[in-house]
Amino acid sequence: MNIEEINHLAKLSGLELDPHQTKQVSMELENILSLVAELQSVDTTGVEPLFHPIAVIEPLSQALRMDIVSEDNNRINNMLSAPISHEGLYLVPKVIE
Amino acid sequence: MSWHEKSLTELSSALSAKEISSVELTQFFLGRIAKFKGLNAYLDVQEEFSLRDALVADQKIARGEAGPLTGIPVAHKDVFVTKDWKSTAASKMLESYLSPYDARVVELLGGSGAGMVCLGKTNMDEFAMGSSNENSAYGPALNPWNTNYVSGGSSGGSAVAVAAGLTPIATGTDTGGSIRQPAAFCGITGIKPTYGSVSRYGMIAYASSLDQAGPMGKSAKDCALILNAISGHDPRDSTSLRKDAIDYQALLGKPWSNGSLPLQGLRIGVPEEYFAQGLQEEVREAVQAALKKFEELGATCISVSLPKTKLSIPVYYVLAPAEASSNLSRYDGVRYGYRAKEYKDLNQMYERSRSEGFGAEVKRRILIGSYVLSQGYYDAYYLQAQKIRRIIAEDFQTAFTQCDVLMGPVAPQVAWKVGEKSKDPVEMYLEDIYTLSPNLAGLPAMSIPCGMSQQGLPIGLQVIGNYFSEAKMLQVADQFQQNSSWHLLAPSSAGAQI
Repeated sequence: MNIEEINHLAKLSGLELDPHQTKQVSMELENILSLVAELQSVDTTGVEPLFHPIAVIEPLSQALRMDIVSEDNNRINNMLSAPISHEGLYLVPKVIE
Repeated sequence: MSWHEKSLTELSSALSAKEISSVELTQFFLGRIAKFKGLNAYLDVQEEFSLRDALVADQKIARGEAGPLTGIPVAHKDVFVTKDWKSTAASKMLESYLSPYDARVVELLGGSGAGMVCLGKTNMDEFAMGSSNENSAYGPALNPWNTNYVSGGSSGGSAVAVAAGLTPIATGTDTGGSIRQPAAFCGITGIKPTYGSVSRYGMIAYASSLDQAGPMGKSAKDCALILNAISGHDPRDSTSLRKDAIDYQALLGKPWSNGSLPLQGLRIGVPEEYFAQGLQEEVREAVQAALKKFEELGATCISVSLPKTKLSIPVYYVLAPAEASSNLSRYDGVRYGYRAKEYKDLNQMYERSRSEGFGAEVKRRILIGSYVLSQGYYDAYYLQAQKIRRIIAEDFQTAFTQCDVLMGPVAPQVAWKVGEKSKDPVEMYLEDIYTLSPNLAGLPAMSIPCGMSQQGLPIGLQVIGNYFSEAKMLQVADQFQQNSSWHLLAPSSAGAQI
């Protein structure tokens, strides 16, 4: 995996890597990818992917509820752990000049 | 017998007979937690909240409103969110996070439910990613049998707390072995039920199609009691199963059949792949001795095959990181969690907050997850892994046509030395070989103590059951524990300073 690929991956992951970390991570990811390369050795023609394990034994349907408000307004408590807030609003760096 | 050596049933009787109050019992355990702080089993302890809950429990007991768990202390893995204790998932990302609500498991066991008293939050690998507890941002929980060794992971703190008598029972979660492997390394009993049995509401998400909560305690009996209290449908978890309640205690103490021996007629499947190359000799011997014990109790061992066992490692290390990369995208430094100090714009704020807030293993898994989900690789990795996952699950169903339960080792070896495997992530991943498949298939699986290594480190036996067969698994494990004493060994009996 070259530097550009790692940087692209970091971008997709919302992570910032310094040049030293990029080198280290590149090596580690290579090792992990060679571990998972074995997947390609299996013939899975005609096999359906399994996204929910219990679907092996019984059909499952998507759990849905009525589209009604189920939670109380808990704004103050929900915002207690915000890194920076002001008058009930989350503060972030300016996005529109 | 000291209070920390008693079973949940014994503690319950002592509380109702007024031999001890819940406040006194809570103080007793808080005292032990302080005394053995060096084990690093707990990440947050708030005495006043524990004692407040104990007082409420004592009032319930006095009014005659107590249930079988009222007033008994419990420790929660830090992956469950709690209103009164910090909820960090052992990450710097959540170091000051206070949840506005309690997880369903916490709610069910606490004051509004079974009336247990929370002692605090236990250490773990960051976001439950790890097999040794060394990925905790707050240092590893240490193995009480020998503190130079790891406790296992990711629910290492819970395993240490139970093994060292710092709580009568604890909760854990298991995505790829995180209840069973630390239970094995610390010599306790732990069970991961069928996927969807216990609500994931308020359980900080790692890999949602694999994550499942369960109890970690001194015996199968104690675990059954807790499982009864925490399982059941929860509309707030979309993957929670709509099933009639199972009584996990129903078969405890009952014989398997009408035969003369307690487990007569039980067919134990022994997967040959679980005894292949790489299994430590001492572990093999201990597991085989346990199987022999089961035969003495009337069971029959049958050799079976789970041909894709080795592939469970690549399948898991594609699927779990894929789900993790998606689940952990919520940590952006805006609504909660860590925010970097310096940044020049919004994107840099996201990236720096995440880079500084997450540990190395978490970042690795996010990167791998993004890779296997990205355009051009999705089919070859993610989809292919989901297909092999189905083959793995179907292989189990084939095996269960020949047997009632499967048994084998939990891990290829006993606990390793702190630092021994932390340099090479892949080396650590390979240690998960026997525990990953049940998660991929969603099957219930448990770990019970079955021996000790020459160095004095515990060895675990894994019991894997078919879907919803937990009551039978607990029955079988309990029969073994009624006829053996491995689960009664404690670090103190081995001379450790516990």
